[in-house]
Amino acid sequence: MTSYLSIEHVHKTFGVGPTASEVLRDVDLHVDRSEFISIIGHSGCGKSTVLNIVAGLLETSTGAVILDGREVSKPGPDRSVVFQNHSLLPWLTVRDNVGLAVDKTFRGKKSRAERREWVLATLEMVGMSHALDKRPDEISGGMKQRVGIARALAMEPKVLLMDEPFGALDALTRAHLQDEVMRIQSDLGNTVLMVTHDVDEAVLLSDRIVMMTNGPAATIGQVLDIDLERPRDRLAMAGNPEYNQYRAEVLRFLHERHRNPESEAA
Amino acid sequence: MGAILDRTMTFGSGRERPAVAGATPQPVARKAATTATKPRKIPGADPGAWGRRLRHTAAVVVPPVIVTALFLLIWEMMASSQGAVLPAPSQVITDTWDLIVNPFYDHGGNDVGMAWQLLASLERVAYGYALAVVAGIGLGVLVGQSTWAMRGLDPLFQVLRTVPPLAWLPISLAAFQASNPSAIFVIFITAIWPIIINTSVGIRNISQDYVNVARVLRLNGFEYFTKIMLPAAAPYVFSGLRIGIGLAWLAIVAAEMLIGGVGIGFFIWDAWNASMLSDIVLALVYVGLVGFFLDRLVAIVGNWVTRGTQAG
Ligand SMILES: Nc1ncnc2c1ncn2[C@@H]1O[C@H](COP(=O)(O)OP(=O)(O)O)[C@@H](O)[C@H]1O
Ligand SMILES: [Mg+2]
Repeated sequence: MTSYLSIEHVHKTFGVGPTASEVLRDVDLHVDRSEFISIIGHSGCGKSTVLNIVAGLLETSTGAVILDGREVSKPGPDRSVVFQNHSLLPWLTVRDNVGLAVDKTFRGKKSRAERREWVLATLEMVGMSHALDKRPDEISGGMKQRVGIARALAMEPKVLLMDEPFGALDALTRAHLQDEVMRIQSDLGNTVLMVTHDVDEAVLLSDRIVMMTNGPAATIGQVLDIDLERPRDRLAMAGNPEYNQYRAEVLRFLHERHRNPESEAA
Repeated sequence: MGAILDRTMTFGSGRERPAVAGATPQPVARKAATTATKPRKIPGADPGAWGRRLRHTAAVVVPPVIVTALFLLIWEMMASSQGAVLPAPSQVITDTWDLIVNPFYDHGGNDVGMAWQLLASLERVAYGYALAVVAGIGLGVLVGQSTWAMRGLDPLFQVLRTVPPLAWLPISLAAFQASNPSAIFVIFITAIWPIIINTSVGIRNISQDYVNVARVLRLNGFEYFTKIMLPAAAPYVFSGLRIGIGLAWLAIVAAEMLIGGVGIGFFIWDAWNASMLSDIVLALVYVGLVGFFLDRLVAIVGNWVTRGTQAG
């Protein structure tokens, strides 16, 4: 079986000896090209660890990640990351934050003028053309996250990795950005792996939802296919019985089969 | 002296950007400070923007003027009493009037105006401090980057930095066989420690987020240095630079007393030998003012360079 992105029996243990903690046990996932996958689970279960392993920021203890036929061992231009807290460089303007990624990725492949055009085009795509020369501290949280998304998209990655990209945003901004990510993803056909803890977000955006069990030694508990027509409209979804069924299924997994360990302790 | 060094170099209280491990510089504090100095609006009286600004300026300027005037007055009274040794402020001004109005005279040798004396001192500080900045940031980057270098060098630094500046003078005189390079070396060795230490703390505190960004973008060593490391550490570096310039100016006066020649330190020593206390008082005022301006200068440059970087 050859899939576009395979996470093959990945184990991850942090530390050695008596302080070692097994975070992931046998995580196995196969993703097709242009698929939108959400990873959902209680906080601390190891979602970010999975994402960081795919990004190449962490190494697996055993197992491997294979993207388009090649094993992932370190960060590469084929995988870009949208970080939870945007992680823009505060000393660079919006334009330069994206420019740094573009210059790095396309030096030698695009001319200087083409690179500059490309920066403008991606910022246009996320609706940030009006703030090119602003610094991150001069724009709102939602705008920062847009720029973070633009920076990741500008690298034209094979896989876009997003770690709770909308977690820190207010509900309205979040809804707006979710719609925009759906639009961009259907335009560009990106393969997306998104970590979230928001059930609605997962159902609305994903082709499949990967539900993780609680740690330690978390693994994939269930994978749910979301067969909803695209484009999906969030207002129409609210009254859609299928949508609500998917939603209920994810909730059931999270609340019944895998209670939040913190609430259990309380 | 050791105690003072200890306090300043462990980035203690009072500095604008304390380089405390793990703490990101807080823009909040600064915002609070600006709002706190805003004049309160008094109901029923709106003197308009100009009036408010005037009132604000007055609120800032009046207290130091009053306190300084009081200080001078008390000094004047105490110095005018029977058996006083120190000259009164009025006495100082009459005695040193020639020096005050002719800062640029040049009668050859040591007999030059106060401006030349100060400039000579500033020149030595400039050389020594510039060397300390380059070497200090370089070593700070090394120690901040490499755990091995930190383990190896840190004990050495911790011991050497407590050596009082003047203790270096004899050995540097022996090494350089000339007074000017020796004074410059004393400045260098005095100013370098806070620069090294703060730079290395700044580099060790670079947020993992930025390191991850650099790795995802696959920045090479040079790009990482210029795009991430220097800007991220800049607030810490500048807090070290600011402590360093203060220490350098402290040390130059003492060093010059011993090496002689043109310079504000030797001017003070010379005046002491000639029992011209008024000249000493005038020199102290100048030394204080120049030190103050050096500190402000580095602070202003630092604020300008690091603008925006403290955003979260
Ligand atoms: N670098 C690390 N060293 C040790 N433990 C870690 C490290 N990173 C994460 N962990 C642990 O792994 C577990 C999963 O973390 P994480 O993947 O961030 O969870 P999630 O993103 O699902 O909230 C947590 O218990 C966390 O403490
Ligand atoms: Mg996480």
